[in-house]
Amino acid sequence: MPAGLRFTSITRSFKTEARSVAALAGVSGEIAPGKITGLVGPDGAGKTTLIRVLAGLLDADAGRVQSTGELAHPRMAYMPQKFGLYEDLTVQENMTLYADLHGLDPALRAQRFSELNRFTSLGPFANWLAGNLSGGMKQKLGLACTLIVAPDILLLDEPSVGVDPVSRRELWSMVRALQGSGIAVLWSTAYLDEADGCDHVILLYDGRVIDEGLPSVISGHVARRTWRVVLPTDQRAGRKRDLQRAAATLPNVVDAQIKGRNLRIVTDRDDVPPDVTRASMPGLRALKPEPTPPQFEDAYLAAMRKQDLINESQINRRPGIYSQDPGAITQAVHLALDLGDKPQDDGLSSRAARHTNQTLATPVIETKDLSRRFGNFTAVDRFSFAVSRGEIFGLLGPNGAGKSTTFKMLCGLVVPSSGEALVAGFDLATARADARSRIGYMAQKFAYIGHLTLAQNMEFAGGVYGLARAALTHRIAEVAAEFDLEAYLHQNCGELPLGIKQRMALACAVLHKPAILFLDEPTSGVDPVTRREFWARLNAMADDGTTILVTSHFLDEAEYCDRMAIIYHGRQIAAGSPDEIKSAHADGDNPTLEQAFIRLIDDHDRTNGVRSAA
Amino acid sequence: MNTPDQPRLREAIARIGFLVRREFLTIWRDKRSRTVLILPPILQLFMFSYAATFDVNNVPLAVFNEDSSVESRDLVANFTASRTFTDTARPTSWPEAQDLIDRGKVLMVLRVPTNFSRELKSGHSPEIQVVVDGRQSNTALITLAYVNSIIEEFSRERAQTLGQRAQPPVLVQRAWFNPNMTSQWFIVPGLGATLTMIIATLISALSIAREKELGTFEQLLVTPLRPYELLIGKIIPAAVLAMGEGLLLGVLGIWFFGVPLRGDVAMLVLGLAVFMLSVTSCGLMISALTSTQQQAQIAGFCYIMPCVILSGFTTPIENMPAWIQAITYLNPLRYVLVINRGVFLQDMPALVALNQLWPMAVIGVFTAACAIALFRRRVL
Repeated sequence: MPAGLRFTSITRSFKTEARSVAALAGVSGEIAPGKITGLVGPDGAGKTTLIRVLAGLLDADAGRVQSTGELAHPRMAYMPQKFGLYEDLTVQENMTLYADLHGLDPALRAQRFSELNRFTSLGPFANWLAGNLSGGMKQKLGLACTLIVAPDILLLDEPSVGVDPVSRRELWSMVRALQGSGIAVLWSTAYLDEADGCDHVILLYDGRVIDEGLPSVISGHVARRTWRVVLPTDQRAGRKRDLQRAAATLPNVVDAQIKGRNLRIVTDRDDVPPDVTRASMPGLRALKPEPTPPQFEDAYLAAMRKQDLINESQINRRPGIYSQDPGAITQAVHLALDLGDKPQDDGLSSRAARHTNQTLATPVIETKDLSRRFGNFTAVDRFSFAVSRGEIFGLLGPNGAGKSTTFKMLCGLVVPSSGEALVAGFDLATARADARSRIGYMAQKFAYIGHLTLAQNMEFAGGVYGLARAALTHRIAEVAAEFDLEAYLHQNCGELPLGIKQRMALACAVLHKPAILFLDEPTSGVDPVTRREFWARLNAMADDGTTILVTSHFLDEAEYCDRMAIIYHGRQIAAGSPDEIKSAHADGDNPTLEQAFIRLIDDHDRTNGVRSAA
Repeated sequence: MNTPDQPRLREAIARIGFLVRREFLTIWRDKRSRTVLILPPILQLFMFSYAATFDVNNVPLAVFNEDSSVESRDLVANFTASRTFTDTARPTSWPEAQDLIDRGKVLMVLRVPTNFSRELKSGHSPEIQVVVDGRQSNTALITLAYVNSIIEEFSRERAQTLGQRAQPPVLVQRAWFNPNMTSQWFIVPGLGATLTMIIATLISALSIAREKELGTFEQLLVTPLRPYELLIGKIIPAAVLAMGEGLLLGVLGIWFFGVPLRGDVAMLVLGLAVFMLSVTSCGLMISALTSTQQQAQIAGFCYIMPCVILSGFTTPIENMPAWIQAITYLNPLRYVLVINRGVFLQDMPALVALNQLWPMAVIGVFTAACAIALFRRRVL
């Protein structure tokens, strides 16, 4: 029986020690039966608060939640961000436990379990411990447990965070399949490419709905402001980024992003193309912008920027997000890294200069047949690659492919079973501590002590790498200014929003001016605006000669890399620049990395038997 | 130290310094850990010093006096007037008296038989009957000792009033170092050491387990800190905090409980410092072996309990079977208790203290080495 939810003017605030923060400021909307409603917004927009209010777990300060349709009390199911799976129980035991909790009639269980197993294809793993499943499989099991008793309304809080592209595709098709039965689904996400898959989208930002409707309608709002510039094909990746940066700083440009061979540009007024004639780079001046159909991301950015302008005109401006444009970030990084000159205006960045002047033959990171076995399990199998100075190199692969193990070997956290690894000229077998002192490391999980202030955490992060007191104080001030963190220096870092935490983690990692930066899934769960700002910083650092190694299963992120290796089951299955990988492993006019990635993994599975769970 | 090593050493010390600072801040800025560190040990010191006493006071007493004479009343008065006993019941029949013991209403029944005064006056030794509740054996024994001294006192007084010359020899007991046998003098220094041990074990055992849980440990491991630097940086804050607590408890013992401090404070501090080395390295071994704070806490208690029981804190080691006595030599608390009590009550000679110090130092160095080895193995 179809049922939905309507919510009207929901407000909810939270009190911290000092002040009260409005998480939701009058949010209204509807979740319709038989449709997937996307709740899209950056971190801290209020998505989780809204879902918890709808699920009845949190009382709103004001506002109403009503059920629509024929049922007075529709059956609601809620899957929180971190679903309560019991990691020491098997897949089947977890499902039985949730069946018990929901009081599912034992006579109906066998049938329901087999339905759900068909749905999740977890049947073969019934006797696996839930803790041994990959991130994507855990989410599928979580969804199966949520669906034990078929609900009328399904609330999913960021179900695709930490899930690799292949599993994400499967998760989506699972939820799509539910639609036939008329279930109303709310899917919250910070990933904009998911919005296009929804039937209806509610854009949430800063506790307010800033737009809503069909994804195509929302995209339509910027229909006559999106342009593309076809980039010359023979360009190096670094050169492409120089162009992107130059375009982003043009006066009438809201956003500029590399998408494959194109540079996508959003301008601030209808029918006015980006003013390339005013570009500082001759390379950009020569290019011709042409109109292109809008994408959801363009509309999202434009909507958020508009909201920020409104907020700015009021008093409570949200700091951080746009406080620095990418060009300014580059300059700040140049100053802070003490590397002398600002980015040159002759169209040839310092990075490009370095690339031509230096021999690329001496890599900063180099592995030869690097392997690691845990008992019978080979986590990394004869992996060889080299990264040169100032390069951004990506290690990509689904969960459990061996990315983290490779990473840990390079940081000296895991000893290789065989093979060699050289980091900053030091052999990890003999000079682990020396190698470590040249590395800046940013863990996937926020790894700073929450009840220490930002300044205190930074003091330790720098001091332990050998910065003396006076230099340390100076350097903290410098980096805090560069990363726009001064306002937070004396706040406990546990209370900061995720985006700020992540910026802080990067700031701590570069305090000692490392030659190499290791970033483990750096922008996992972060919204596109914050991600873009983050990558602008990384690009500037790479330009100044810092070598950057990134792991990710998030393919948007891979576009920013100069080169990358895709690993799967511990082996390298492809390597090269994003363009090389796309043209070799995907078809179409302008293929995406995601297409190439999924194709590569499917091919690999076909030749090597079924996809295993590890 | 040759010259090329000196900058390396300076760097290592600087790194340890930053880690120590961070540890102190971490403990201090967390309101909960701050409260947990300061309040419970002090409360426990007060509670346990009063609760864990060997003194027997206010023993409920039933008097079944079958002889209504001046002499028997005199004897009974000697009991009821004593601080040790509380005159609780006056049963009128023997079954009634038995019932009082059975139901635990009284701990002792004093029965004065009908012929007491007659026997006494005729120069014989009269018999009186004392029944104690043997279910509480320790208290019963101490009570019986009191009974003996009261009766002795009674006969001496009586002999004096009758002007008898041939007085029985009197045994004069004197307890050295604790003339009044005040239990708290014995308990408080021991309790100080025990509480210090609990704090040190918990801080050190939880410190790395907490970092593992929070995910900060990996970030720590990628820094240039070497395993031994990490260990030293973790030992110092735990040891300093626990020692500070220990000394605070000592001051409270002197100031509030009137425990004398007869020995050398420096000896006390040295003893505590060596003790801390062995306790915190053991805590860090636990930390290296466990992956959550809960596991670390349970393992910590599994270490603390036997250490306390087998230390001589409450029951003398000399009374334990030989094979258990052998085990107690591995227990650092055993040695520090001797030093602590020695310094407080005795002004212990340095040589005696040294005899307790060196085994503790050996245990400390050994556990620290084990902890470093474990770190290298678990971490890399």
